[in-house]
Amino acid sequence: MIDTHTDGPDTPAVRARAVSDPDTLDRLHERLAAAASRDGLLDVAYTSVDTPVGSLLLAATGTGLVRVAFESEDHDLVLDTLAGRLGPRVLRAPARLDRAARELDEYFAGTRTSFDLPLDLALSRGFRHLVQRRLAEIEYGDTWSYARVARLVGNPGAARAVGTACATNPLPIVLPCHRVSRADGTLGGYAGGPARKSALLALEAGVRTGPRSGDTG
Amino acid sequence: MKQPFERVVDEHGDTVLRVCRAIVGVHDAEDAWSETFLAALRAYPDLPEDANTQAWLVTIAHRKAIDITRARRRHAVVTDDLPERPSTIGVPGSVDHELWDAVKALPPKQRRAVAYHHFAGLPYAAIAEIVGGTPAAIRRAASDGIGALRAALSASTPKE
Repeated sequence: MIDTHTDGPDTPAVRARAVSDPDTLDRLHERLAAAASRDGLLDVAYTSVDTPVGSLLLAATGTGLVRVAFESEDHDLVLDTLAGRLGPRVLRAPARLDRAARELDEYFAGTRTSFDLPLDLALSRGFRHLVQRRLAEIEYGDTWSYARVARLVGNPGAARAVGTACATNPLPIVLPCHRVSRADGTLGGYAGGPARKSALLALEAGVRTGPRSGDTG
Repeated sequence: MKQPFERVVDEHGDTVLRVCRAIVGVHDAEDAWSETFLAALRAYPDLPEDANTQAWLVTIAHRKAIDITRARRRHAVVTDDLPERPSTIGVPGSVDHELWDAVKALPPKQRRAVAYHHFAGLPYAAIAEIVGGTPAAIRRAASDGIGALRAALSASTPKE
């Protein structure tokens, strides 16, 4: 085919010159997230943070933090589920998760032993909700058996159901289901896998056994 | 099930910015982009699941561009005299002003046809639904427009 415009750019080349640069798109995205938050348009705001147990997805509704997910849960899949259950207006909006991210930083630095965040337990129902809500009563560095948690919620025979409630905890770390293990002292399951569960317990044990290097008081 | 809106922005953010730059110019394109996606976010829960997301976004951008152009005309005295401010465009030279100036010089019908067909990739029939007219007329305008654009750009591009 003879191109009558051989001296100049052809159509694909013209099209290529129209492509937007990533910096501009990032800046526009940030502006959109700010405006959407201001106007209360988001069903879910999210971000991801790097931690010693890998990348964590943090998601919040207008009520509070609604989901913490490990990398092994597949963040894209988790976002799909959130869109289906809470609404499709899901946007990356890191500023909305600043406080949660900061508290998690402090937790992993060993300077925070409990979380002070508004939470939204919209993703759980019934007995699971009841159990998850009370997990925060288990103190930092402590471990409880599933049966003890079952007694705490007034249902001593429900140790197995407590296990399910822990496994489906939408807010791991913040609601410390990692502090619940089997009566025989073995670890029990964990949404993030057993390695992460023991890493969290080791972190909490380490801080408890004495001052860390660099501590001043 | 509807996908998270983040993926809509991720997939179509670039296309919508191209369309905005073509229709309202580089200076107003970022406002047009923001208003387009904010309006889209509001309406997103009601978008039918089988809708063509890209055509939907271009339709919104088209309307926002009309609003912005009208507002500019009304406030021309004020807005033509914007104070200088630090560049927020990112890397200097990342916007191809030569291209966008050439697009701006096209007659409006050709400009829209080039933006929606060549930059956004919409078929002529979908564009006819957005701007009115027949697909054949859109096709002609797109062809004339891209021809004029290539000529303008080749005239200003030195030969290697």
